[in-house]
Amino acid sequence: MQGLLSHGIYVPHYRLQLAETRAALGAGPASGSRAVASHDQDSTCLGYEAARRATARAAVTPAGVAFATSSPVYADRTNATAIHAALDLPRAGEALDLGSTPRAAFGALRAAARSPEPALAVLADQRDGLAGSPDELLSGDGGAAFVFGEGEPVAEVLADASVTQEFLDRWRAPGEPVTASWDERFGAEVYGPLVDEVVRLALERAGIEQPDHVVVSSPHRRAAAAARRRLGDGAPTWIDREVGYTGAADLGLRLADVLERARAGETILVVSAADGADALVLGVRRAAGGTSGTPAGHTTDISYTTFLTWRGRLERERPRRPDPDRPAAPPSSRNVRWKFGFVGSACEACGAVHLPPQRVCLACHEVDRMQDRAMRDARGRISTYTVDRLAPSLDPPTVDVVVDFEGGGRFSCQLTEGDAQAVRIGDAVEMTFRRVFAYRGVHNYFWKAKPVLEAQTT
Amino acid sequence: MTSTGIRDRVAIVGMGCTPFGEHWTKSIDDLLIDAVTECVSSSGTRLDDIDAFWIGTKDSGQSGMTLSRPLKLDHKPVTRVENFCATGSETLRNACYAVASGAYDSAMAVGVEKLKDSGLSGLVVGAPPNDGTEPDLTPPAMFSLLAPAYAARYGLDDEQMKDVLTRIAWKNHANGAKNPLAQFRKPVSLQDIRESPLVAGMLGVYDCSGVADGAAAALVVRAEDAYRYTDRPMFVKALGLASGPADGAMRSDYDYTTFPEVVRSAQDAYRQAGIDDPRSQISMAEVHDCFTPTELVLMEDLGFSGRGEAWQDVLDGSFDLDGDLPVNPDGGLKSFGHPIGASGLRMQYEMWLQFRGEAGERQLDAPALGLTHNLGGQPGACVSFVSIVGAEPTPA
Repeated sequence: MQGLLSHGIYVPHYRLQLAETRAALGAGPASGSRAVASHDQDSTCLGYEAARRATARAAVTPAGVAFATSSPVYADRTNATAIHAALDLPRAGEALDLGSTPRAAFGALRAAARSPEPALAVLADQRDGLAGSPDELLSGDGGAAFVFGEGEPVAEVLADASVTQEFLDRWRAPGEPVTASWDERFGAEVYGPLVDEVVRLALERAGIEQPDHVVVSSPHRRAAAAARRRLGDGAPTWIDREVGYTGAADLGLRLADVLERARAGETILVVSAADGADALVLGVRRAAGGTSGTPAGHTTDISYTTFLTWRGRLERERPRRPDPDRPAAPPSSRNVRWKFGFVGSACEACGAVHLPPQRVCLACHEVDRMQDRAMRDARGRISTYTVDRLAPSLDPPTVDVVVDFEGGGRFSCQLTEGDAQAVRIGDAVEMTFRRVFAYRGVHNYFWKAKPVLEAQTT
Repeated sequence: MTSTGIRDRVAIVGMGCTPFGEHWTKSIDDLLIDAVTECVSSSGTRLDDIDAFWIGTKDSGQSGMTLSRPLKLDHKPVTRVENFCATGSETLRNACYAVASGAYDSAMAVGVEKLKDSGLSGLVVGAPPNDGTEPDLTPPAMFSLLAPAYAARYGLDDEQMKDVLTRIAWKNHANGAKNPLAQFRKPVSLQDIRESPLVAGMLGVYDCSGVADGAAAALVVRAEDAYRYTDRPMFVKALGLASGPADGAMRSDYDYTTFPEVVRSAQDAYRQAGIDDPRSQISMAEVHDCFTPTELVLMEDLGFSGRGEAWQDVLDGSFDLDGDLPVNPDGGLKSFGHPIGASGLRMQYEMWLQFRGEAGERQLDAPALGLTHNLGGQPGACVSFVSIVGAEPTPA
C-alpha cells in the first residue's frame, strides 16, 4: 500500500527563554522559549537531522529528496544535495529544493506523497526577526521529515486540495534576515475564506465530514489562531510553548506531534495557510511510534547575546588567527562519501577501521583491500580531549575530542553541544552533521561529535 | 631502521645565530645576511669558497633563491628544504650528507623564519586545497592532549601535573635569562607561570613557546679538514630522522603519552653514535620544548628517564643547568620562541658555544657529547630529528 511510511523531527538542543529576552530588551513575553539552532547548524543541517530519523524508521531507501525551507543556505545551487549526500543515498534519483517560503513545505510533502518511487520530504527552517519582534521571539528553528512509498504505511493520503491568491502579506528580499509584513488584520481577512475553501474541498474529496485531528500551520499568527478556533485545533502544544513557529518545518513538527498521538482508523486534516491555502487529509493506519517533545534536562538555555552572536547579528572580537580556507571543490567531490556521509574504510585483510578512509592499511599495510564502512550512526567514547581557547569560534572555547568507536575506529574532531567544564574521558558521544564554518560564501559541512543524551527525541 | 651513519666524517667549523625575537626593523634577508656573515667569519673562510647551501624555511621563502638572492651567491647549488618544525635540523642533515658523500668540500646549512610579520598569534599550518575535513586544532591544543594522558597513565592528579609542567617552563626561562640571544631574558616565577591565563587544556601562556623571528647557520666540512678552519670544531656523530605514519589520531592503541617517531629517531641516532646509556653518556641536550608537556614526554622518549619517571626527574632538578643532564641550557624554544627554519640550527649553536667554552653564564663543565632534538607535527603525527654532536672525534 502506498502512503506515509515514517516521520522524523529534529528540534535543536538550545533554547532562548523569553524571560531572558525580556530582561535584555525591557519588553516582550515573560514566559515560554524558542528553539535555537546551534552556531554550527543551518537549515540544511536541521533538515538532515530530521531526515536521518525519518529514514532510520523506514524500510525503503528514498529515490528522491524534496527539501523545503524559507532559509536556504545557497541560491543557484541545490541545498538538498547535501542532505542527499549526508544520508549517503544512491546516486539514482533526484534531490530538489522548494522555496523560499513556508508554503514550500506543503509542496515538498505533496511531491513526496505523489512520487511513484519512495521519496523523502524534508522541511527545515531557521527563523529570525528584528530584536524583540514576534518574528524573533515567537519563531524557532527545527526540522521535520517524512518518507512516502510502498509498504505498511503509518497513514494513507486520502485527499489534498489547494487554493491560491496573490496578495501582499509578508515579504523579504533574498538574503535579508528580516521579514516585513502588512497590517495583520488585512491578512487575517484574506486567509479566513481561503482556509475555509480549501478545507471544504479536501474533506469533500476525502469523503469525510469531521476529521479526528486538525493541524494548522501559518506564518500569519492571527490567521492561524482563527483557523484553529474554527477547525478545532485549539490547545497549545509543546511546540507553541517551547519551540516556536519554525517556518517551513512548522507544518511537519505539528503533523508529527499529531501522528504520534493518533490511533489507527482516525483521520488527520493538515492545513497550511501561506500565500493561499493547502490541505491534506490522512487516514491513520497504524501507530507511528516516537515521542515528541524534549525530555527534561536535554536542552541548554543560552543568553540573548549568545543568540545574537550565533546569528551573526552581534560581531565579537576574534583571536588573531587566520581565516579558514574554504573547502576546495575537487577534493570535496572526490571525498564526498567521507565528507558528507562519514564513510570510512575497513581493511579486508585485518579488519582495521580507518577514519578517514585509507588505501594502505595502518595495521597490516595491505594496499587497496578496503571496504566502505559507514560510521555516521556509530557511537564512541572520548579517549582524550582538550579545550582550545585560541581557536576562533562563534561559541568559544572549542572542545576537541579523540573518539574511539564501538566496533573499532578512532577519529579526532570537535565536540559540539558539549560543556567545556563537564566533558570527561569516557563520555559517550555520537556523530552529527554540522556546518564547521562558512567562508567566502562556501559552507563547510562535516561531522562533529556530540554527547549522547539517552531517550533522544524523535 | 638501518642507517649506517656518518660518525665523525664531517664537522661543523663555523656558526652564526641572530638574536631571536621581534625583529620589527629587520627583514628575512637581513636575518639571513646576519647569520651567514657571522658563520663565515667564525670559520675564517670566505662565502665564495663554500661549495653548496641548504636553506630551510617553512613559510619565509621558496626555492634556493631565498638565500642566493640576498647574499648574491654566484650560481652555487642552493636547495630549499622544509620538514615542518624540524626544518632547521633538516638543512644540517642534508649539508652533512652532501659533504660526507664527497660531492662537496664544504656546505652551509642555513635556517630562517620571520613569524612576527603575519600579525597572528602562534604558528599557522598551511595546507593544500582540501575537502575541509581535517581537524583544525591550534598547536597548543594539539600538544595539550599529552598532559591529561600522561597524568592519567602515571597516576598524577591535575595539581601534580601542573607542578611538573610549571617546573619545566621555570627551568627554561631561568636558562634563557642567562642568554643574550634569547627572546625572553628574564626569569619567571613559578607562581606567574602556574597562574598564567589558559590557552588550551591545562596549558597556560607560559607553557607555550613564544613567537619569534630569527636565523642561524652552520658550515660543514670533512672532518679531516676541520682543524684548517678552527681549533675547536664540532664533530657530527649521528643524524637520525623518523617520519611517522601519522596514524595516532586513527588507531585506538595510541595513548598520547609518547612520540613513537622520537623513540625511533633516537634509537637510530644512538646506534650511529655508539651510545647505549644516553642518560650518563650525553652531557647536555637541546630538545624541542614547543610546549611544556612536550619536553616532559621527550625525556622518556629520548631515554633520559624511564617510562613514567620523567615527571619525578623534572621535579628533582635532574635537567636543570646544574643537574646531571642539563636540558635546554640555552633556554629552549620557551625562551627563544620558534622561528621554524632556524630553531634546529639554534640548538646546534648552543652545542657549538658549550664545546668551545663560550656559553658565558650557562657554561657547563667540559661537555663531551651533546644531543639536539627537533620535532615537527603533533602527537600522533610528526617528524622527529635527533643529532649527536661531540667536541672530539672518537679515538680510532
